[in-house]
Amino acid sequence: MTIASTTELICFLVLSFTLVLGSLGVVLLPNIVYSAFLLGGVFLSVAGLYLLLNASFVAAAQVLVYVGAVNVLILFAIMLVNKKETLADIPGLLLRRVLSGAVCAGLFALLLRVSFTTDWALPGPIPVGEEATIRIGEHLFSDYLLPFELASVLLLMAMIGAIVLARRDVFSSDVITGEPVDQGLIEKARTPLLLEKPVLEKTS
Amino acid sequence: MILALVLPGFSNGIPLQAYLTLAAVLFCTGVWGLINSRNAVRVLMSIELMLNAVNLNLMAFSNYLDGQLIRGQVFAIFVITVAAAEAAVGLAILLSLYRNRETVDMERFNLLRW
Repeated sequence: MTIASTTELICFLVLSFTLVLGSLGVVLLPNIVYSAFLLGGVFLSVAGLYLLLNASFVAAAQVLVYVGAVNVLILFAIMLVNKKETLADIPGLLLRRVLSGAVCAGLFALLLRVSFTTDWALPGPIPVGEEATIRIGEHLFSDYLLPFELASVLLLMAMIGAIVLARRDVFSSDVITGEPVDQGLIEKARTPLLLEKPVLEKTS
Repeated sequence: MILALVLPGFSNGIPLQAYLTLAAVLFCTGVWGLINSRNAVRVLMSIELMLNAVNLNLMAFSNYLDGQLIRGQVFAIFVITVAAAEAAVGLAILLSLYRNRETVDMERFNLLRW
């Protein structure tokens, strides 16, 4: 994409601003629904950065897959598990936050040091720009053919696995009594299997 | 502040280091959220943030260092595929966990703890 360098700079600054603020909001906001919508904003700004990086196809894939599928999936999951629960306090939570913040700051410093001290082979070859989609197609059907096919197998496995994990077992007849089950009552609440059992009284 | 430090370097286009810095910020935010989230859905969201940071790095390298054979973009497409599969399976696991434990608190998923 050929745009004026000042416009490009302004776009980059705005996109990076929304990206950083949005990611901080995803992690820090107490309401998870706001986090999910901010995550959509983060995905969109990453797609905008891809456009600045001459990758229109991957930007479109990012919008379709991340905003259209993953984000909607996360919103559905929030809707399905949305139960107000008061989280029990755990000891040392503040210490854990500070320590992990220090670890992340150290990681950030390390990454910055690597990216600023490495002698990158710049300027590299001229970017292909608009031909990127054609190049990606050539790659996918020649030297990346095996990963491409494996990706389809992976998607099939993920689909079957997700169905197997998330479905409920529906029986047409009651397991114990053998009587036919009223299908309208299938969604009735069952006692979860792994709830913490009440503490057993000590038998003398 | 970091942008102010490198802003003089922006005179002829955006440097590669700006994208790398941005991806590093995104990745570290994701790691912090992954460690500190109590809600299991937020953990999955943090993982998506980290995957996006990696993708941003790949795309930046692909544009600046490998402009003719854009192998970074092909890698990014594979990463997007794996991330979509991961999100689907992760949310299915989360649903069945919620069905069995009736909570999404990460601190209470401790059945396999010693």
